[in-house]
This record gives sequence, C-alpha cells and structure tokens, in this order.
Amino acid sequence: MSFGGRLSVVLGLLIVVIGFAVWGVVGFLLPQPATVAFTSAAPGAPVDLTVQTVGSIGNGYGNHPTWVSYLVKDQQGQWIHSTIWQVPAHTRINLTVQQFDSGSPLRNQQWGRVQGMTGNVMTLNGKPVKVYDSNTGNGVGHTFTIHTLGISIPLVGVDPNASNICSQAPCSAPGSVVNTIKASFVTPGPGNYSWQCFVPCGLGWLFGNGGPMSTLGYMGGFLDVVS
Amino acid sequence: MTAVEGNTTAGPSGDAPNGGRTRHMTRMVAIWLILSAVLDALFWILVGPHVPPGTMTNSASENQFDFNVLFLIALPVLIGVWTYMAYCLIIWRASRKGVPDPVGGPAARSSLGVQVGWIATTSVIVIGLFVFGTVRLVTGNGSGGGQGPNPIWTPTSAHILPVQVIGQQWKWTYRYPTFGGFETTQLILPNDTTIAFHVTSLDVIHSFWAYQLSIKADANPQQENTAFTTTRETGSFTVRCNELCGIWHGAMFNYGKVVSKDAFEAWAQATEAATASNTRLLPPYAPTYVPDANGADGGYYPDNVDPYSNSEVYGYTPGKPTSNG
Repeated sequence: MSFGGRLSVVLGLLIVVIGFAVWGVVGFLLPQPATVAFTSAAPGAPVDLTVQTVGSIGNGYGNHPTWVSYLVKDQQGQWIHSTIWQVPAHTRINLTVQQFDSGSPLRNQQWGRVQGMTGNVMTLNGKPVKVYDSNTGNGVGHTFTIHTLGISIPLVGVDPNASNICSQAPCSAPGSVVNTIKASFVTPGPGNYSWQCFVPCGLGWLFGNGGPMSTLGYMGGFLDVVS
Repeated sequence: MTAVEGNTTAGPSGDAPNGGRTRHMTRMVAIWLILSAVLDALFWILVGPHVPPGTMTNSASENQFDFNVLFLIALPVLIGVWTYMAYCLIIWRASRKGVPDPVGGPAARSSLGVQVGWIATTSVIVIGLFVFGTVRLVTGNGSGGGQGPNPIWTPTSAHILPVQVIGQQWKWTYRYPTFGGFETTQLILPNDTTIAFHVTSLDVIHSFWAYQLSIKADANPQQENTAFTTTRETGSFTVRCNELCGIWHGAMFNYGKVVSKDAFEAWAQATEAATASNTRLLPPYAPTYVPDANGADGGYYPDNVDPYSNSEVYGYTPGKPTSNG
C-alpha cells in the first residue's frame, strides 16, 4: 500500500476513534433530569417538598423500568422523575417522603440516625423518631442525605410481604402500603448541594452502588439552592 | 581541560581571552554557583515556610521540610541545565562571527572529567535522596502514610487517640473507640496529641487524605490501614477521597478541626452522650467490616480487645468499655 493509502487508513481510524470518544462523552454528560423548581412561594415562606421512593420506576419513565428511584411532586401536583430540585435559600423546607419500598438492615447504622433536621427529629407515620434501629421491623429502604449540609434521615421500609406493595411508579396511598416520613430543614445560602441515598440499593451491582445509585435521576441528585 | 574549553580560542567579540583560551566552563560554573546559591536561599527564606502541607502536624512539618530539601536539590540541577543552554545560545550562536563549527574535530571529543563528574554527581544525588527518604520515612513513623494493619514504624507516645476512619460510597464517617465507640460524620482532633487513624472501607477502595494533616492512607474493604500523626496547631483541615470511587467521588469530602484538648474532650463527651441511642445499635468496634457484595447488609468482626491497644488509650476510662460492645 502506498504511503498515501496507509495515511488515509490511519486518519480514517483516528476519526472513528475520536468519533466514538466524543459520542461517549456527550452521551454521558448531556442526559440529566429536568430541574423542578419550588421557588414560586413568597419570600421567606416555607416550601413544601414532597417526594416518593419506589422499588421500581416502571415503564413510564425511561429505559430502566426495574430501577429503584425517587420521584418528586411538582407545584402542579404532578409526579416528576427528577432528582434536581430548585429551592430558595435561607428557607424552611418541609420535606415529606412517601416510602413505598421495602427495607433491610443498614450496612452502617450511622444512617439510622436523624441528622441535621430541625430538632434532629422526623415523624414516621405521625410518630416522632430520632434513631431508627434498622435491625428491627422492616429495616430501612433508603436514606435522604445531603452530606455537605449534615442532613440525613432514614426512610423506613414497608412490609415486603404486604399484598398491596406498589410495583410501578407513581405510587399512591392508600392503594399501596406506604410509610410517610416528615422532617424539616432550613436551606443554606445559594449553591448546588448533592444528595444521595446511603443504602446501597442498586441490587445486582457490586456492593449495591451501581445502576440507580450511580445514575443521576434515580437515587441521587442536587438541591439547587438559589437566592 | 574539557571539550567545552578546548574548542574555543580568542576571537569572536565578547569572548574573554585568557592566555589565548576562553574559560567557558569556569564561567558557566561561576554563573551556576551564584544563581543556585541566591535562588536556593530565596526559596528557603521566602517560599519554604509556605510550602504545603503546612505545619499543622508533625508529619506535615516533616513533609514540608522534605519537599523543601528536594526543591533545594532540584533547583541547582534546573539552573545548571538552563545556564548551559543559555550560555550556548548566547556565546556559540551561529550568527556570531568567528565561532568555530561545533560539529567534529576537537569540540566533539568526549571529556573524561565531565563524564565522571556527571555520573558521580547524579549518583550522589540519587543515592543521597534514597538514604534521606528512607531515614525520614522511618523517623517520621511512616511520614503520615498508611502502614497496613501491623505498622512497623510506630510513635513512642503512650497516650495515643485512636480514630477509625470508615469510607463508604460516598462519605467518610469516624468512630472513636475510646469514647464509647460512637460514630459521627465529624472529625475533631485534640491538639498536641498523637493520633492513630485506622482506615477501612465498607465497600470499594477509597483513600483517606487529610491534606493539612499530611495523612494519606488507602481505605480497602476488609483491610485495616493505620497511619500516625501528632497534632501541633489548632485549625481546620480538609479531608478528601483520593481514589476515584464512583459518581459522587467528587463530593466525598468534609472539613475537620484540630482543637484544644479541653474543647476536644468536651465535644467527644457531648457527642458520645448525644449519639448514645444510636451507638448501642452499632456493632462492637472492630478493625474491619465485611460488606455483603449483593445487598445492603453487612457485619463487623469484633476483635474483643479492650482497650484497643496498650498505647491507644486517649480518653479511655479503666473499667469502662471502649466501644459499645
């Protein structure tokens, strides 16, 4: 083969490799859930933030119907598959979590303690809880943890043997068995604060931290605090 | 004497004749010597005290000193290369009239003196650094690095504070076995105290890097990695994970504090009391953790050693269990 021919082959292969690399990087970076805003309330007024956790997201929300996930209720009352939530700074957030998933003992009981919430307390189906023993009852299914803010609550699992356990999002009570967890916290100054679940709930992945635990939009996201 | 000196004669303007020969080597050595002495002194005085990781701990101070020594050695090497390069460009550039062709002839002959000098100098530097580094590693109790479960370079203090560092995707937590074994997300340390960090992981490989403390130890699941340091100054420090460990690796950091002993003991006792209801649910303190690779469960291997070691007794009260076990 002539020098020109060899050069053409090399350049062609190089272009293909670069193309794959660009495609991979763009594909990794671009898809991210939409930001759901909770900033329309009057300045200083508390913001109600309602989310739910489901054992499998189902067929209506993308390519991973079997993945565990969070959903958030927007200000119009619609359940949105997003984990990026925009809230005002220096504002009390009244968080309600509807936990439709089952649980297990925590890998680290440290995450069974309510931390950083107002009064370091949450309510579980109306009863105050400061520490939940994950080795009892139905265990803990997930946590909601903003570790840069020192905030964490355990999301106690529902009875896995219940006949009405929700299998597809969005879930709703009382049709499905649910644990309702409520807690409040005050947002800091503007910034982008990552949050995640600290239960390795990506079943089937090594140590349970792959899949939904490692994909934005499922078990982790950002609290986008704006002024 | 050398090829460098031998290839020139008085001639081109700018050359300083000396008995018919220009002593280029002498010139270059003089320039190199003066520049090295001045810049090394300036670095030592002006930059040295500010070189990371600072002086918050003994290992930080020692590492700062080591970095400064390395720089003081490296700078003359750099200056030597640059001096020779600049000298060549200025004195032997082709545009100068009367400069002999440097290729071939006596100018191309090797110089035994230069070769021996180069080999001897570089050998001394490399072997000297090997000896220096080894001595510093031994005398510095591992220089802040992880030494595995059975450290060979241990501090002499008989009153060491043990702190267990637990890496997990994606957060560090800390257990204080001599204060009831409580676990917290805060890393608070007493000043003027030798600390033994026992680093482990609940899942994948992390790396505990307390930058200003000059502590860095890999956190491996089912492995205990011990690193020592002694605090010297109060202040804040940064803890980061230094091993790419997943999507939130970049968020796996926190800030710790070195405080006075009184403040530390007040904090430790208050935290022990505040977390008591959760501490009783934790497994007994143990050096490693065995995660279940297929799910969320796991369990500790309690070692039933009380106190954890004969020297790691800071905060230990005789008769009181050192952990919740």
